[in-house]
Amino acid sequence: MLYREAGQFITDYRADKSIFRLKQERWGFYLLLTIAFLFVPFIGNDYWFSAILIPFLVLSLAGLGLNLLTGYAGQLSLGSAAFMAVGAFAAYNFHLRIEGLPFLVSFLLGGFTAAIVGILFGLPSLRIKGFYLLVSTLAAQFFVLWVFTNFSWFSNNNSSGVITAPQLIILDHDFSTPVGRYLLTLGIVVVLGFLAKSIVRSELGRNWMAVRDMDTAAAVIGISIPKTKLLAFGISSFFLGIAGSLWAFTYLGTVEPHGFDLTRSFQILFIIIIGGMGSILGNFLGAAFIVLLPILLSNISMNLLAGAIDPGQLENFQKIIFGALIIFFLIKEPNGLAKVWQTFKQRSRVWPLRF
Amino acid sequence: MSFFFEVLTGGLLAGVMYSLVAIGFVLIYKASGVFNFAQGSMVLFSALTFVSLLERGVPFWVSFIITLLIMLVLAWAIERFVLRKLVNRSPITLFMATLGLSYIIEGLAQAVWGAQVHALDIGVSDEPFEIFGMLLSQFDLFAAAIAGVLVAVLSFLFSKTRTGISLRAVADDQLAALAVGIKLNRLWFIVWGVAGFVGLVAGLLWGARVGVQFSLSLIVLKALPVLIIGGFTSIGGAIVGGLIIGSSEKLAEVFLGPYIGGGIENWFPYVLAMLFLLVRPSGIFGERAIERV
Repeated sequence: MLYREAGQFITDYRADKSIFRLKQERWGFYLLLTIAFLFVPFIGNDYWFSAILIPFLVLSLAGLGLNLLTGYAGQLSLGSAAFMAVGAFAAYNFHLRIEGLPFLVSFLLGGFTAAIVGILFGLPSLRIKGFYLLVSTLAAQFFVLWVFTNFSWFSNNNSSGVITAPQLIILDHDFSTPVGRYLLTLGIVVVLGFLAKSIVRSELGRNWMAVRDMDTAAAVIGISIPKTKLLAFGISSFFLGIAGSLWAFTYLGTVEPHGFDLTRSFQILFIIIIGGMGSILGNFLGAAFIVLLPILLSNISMNLLAGAIDPGQLENFQKIIFGALIIFFLIKEPNGLAKVWQTFKQRSRVWPLRF
Repeated sequence: MSFFFEVLTGGLLAGVMYSLVAIGFVLIYKASGVFNFAQGSMVLFSALTFVSLLERGVPFWVSFIITLLIMLVLAWAIERFVLRKLVNRSPITLFMATLGLSYIIEGLAQAVWGAQVHALDIGVSDEPFEIFGMLLSQFDLFAAAIAGVLVAVLSFLFSKTRTGISLRAVADDQLAALAVGIKLNRLWFIVWGVAGFVGLVAGLLWGARVGVQFSLSLIVLKALPVLIIGGFTSIGGAIVGGLIIGSSEKLAEVFLGPYIGGGIENWFPYVLAMLFLLVRPSGIFGERAIERV
C-alpha cells in the first residue's frame, strides 16, 4: 500500500528499459541528487565533508569497481588497492609531466592506465580459475606497491615517498576547499555510477553474469570468455583507478603507496560483501556502513563508556565486530544491505498484509 | 659455488617453515573445500596464547596442552557457529567467512593478550654449524625434522585410520559421504582441530624464529603461493611447494635482488606461482577439475 505501482502503465519500450521504472523511485532519486548537490554543500561542515562524505563517495566508487569484477563477473580479487594506487600515481604523473593537462583528463588517463594494468594481471584468469586466481591479484597487490616504493621516478624523486597533491583547479575554479572537493567527487561518482549501471544492464553485463554463474556453460552458448573476462578486469580497474586518484587528490591530498596496502583491498571487499554483491546500490550502502561504523563505535566508547576502553583495545574490538558482521551478513543476508532494501520495498508494497 | 649451495639450503629450510603453515590449509581444504584464510591468525592466536601462558609461569607441556585445548574449543565454535550455518554455500562465500573469522581471531588474540612482541624460547638454539663447508642453522634442521614427522603422521592418519578414510570420503563427495552415514559436523570439528594443532606447531617454530607478534598472521600470505604451487589438496604438494618457494625466493633475493632493487621477497613467490599455474592450472599435485554443464 505504501509503495504503489498501481496505475503506472508502461506504454513504450524506452520507458520499459529505463533505470527507474516507477515514478516514486525516479523522483526519490532526483530528490536525493538535489539534496546532495544543492543542500548538503550549505548545511555540512568541514568535518563532515573531509572525514565522512568524501571517503564515503570514494569508497563507494572503489566498491563499484570491485563489484563489477567480483559481484558481476565472478572473479575474486584481493588486489583492488593496487589498481587504485596505479590510478593515483598515473594521474599524478600525467599531471606533473604534461604541462597544463586538465585535472579531469589526468584522472581519466589514470583510470585508463589502471585499466591496462588490470588487463595485464587479468590475463592469467584465462587459464586459471577460482582460488588459484587469488595469486594473480595478490601478485598485483604486492608487485605494484613494490614498484611505487622502490622506483622513486614515480614519486618524482621525492625523498620521503609522500607527495602532496597539487591544487585542484578546474576551469579556473578552485576546488581545493572541502566543499569543492566534495562536489567534484560527487559529480564524478554520479557520472561513473550511471556508467556502471548502464554497463551491467547491457549485453556485456549479461555476459559477465553468465560467466559468473558458470563459465563453461557461458562458453557453450557462444560467449567469448577471454573477451568477457578481460573486459571485466579492465573496466573494473578503470573504476578503481579513478577511485584511487580521487582518494589521493580529493580525500588525502597526498599520494603515497602505503594508503593502498592489502588492508585497503580487504576493506573494499568488505564493502561489497556487506553492501551486496551484484548490486550497484549496495556499494553505496556498504561504503556508508564501513565509513560510519568505526566513527559510531568510537563515539559510543567515548560518550557512553566515558573512555573506559583505551584506543588500542577499541581497535581490537572494532576488528572483532567487523569480522562478526561479515560472518553475520554471509549467513543471514548473503545479498547484503541492497537485499534488505529490496525486502523492505516488497514489504511496504503489500503492507498492511504480509504477503 | 659453495655460497650458492649455502643460500639454496638456507632457502630450502626456510621453505619448510612455509610448508608448515600451508599444511594447515591443505587439511581444511581437503576435508571441507574451505579455503581457510584464518589459518594465519590461528597461528598467531595459538602462539600468543602459548607464550603468554609460559610467561605467567606455566610449565612448557602444560601450556602446550592448555593451548591445544583452547584451539579445540575454537575449532568447535567455528564448526558450530560458522560452518554449520554456511553448509552448501559457494566456496567464495566460505572463503569470505574465513576472512571475517581471521579478523575476529586476530582481534581476540590482541584484545586478550596485548599487542607487544614476545620472545619465545623453545629450547633449540639458533646457532649455525658447518656441514660440508656450508653454514646451516640447527634450528632450521629441527624445524625440518618436525615438519617431516608431522607429514608422516598426517599421511598415516589420512590413509590408515577410520577417521582419515572418512575425511577422504568427505573431500571426494560431501553428499555421498553423508549418504553412507559419515557425520560431517564431527569430521569438520576434527579437521579444524587438527589444523589448529598444526597451527600451534607452526606458531611455536615461527614464534621462536621471529618473535611472537602480529606479523605472524601475515605468514598466511607467504603460505598462499606455496599452496598454489603444490595444489590445494596435497600435503606432499605443500612440502614441495614450500621447498620451491623457499629456495627460489632466497636465490632471487641474493642473486637477482641487487640488480632490480631489494625487497622483492614480497611479490616474487606470487609471480613464480603465477608462472607455475600458467603451465599447470591446478598446481603440481592438485586434482584436475572436470567440468560439466
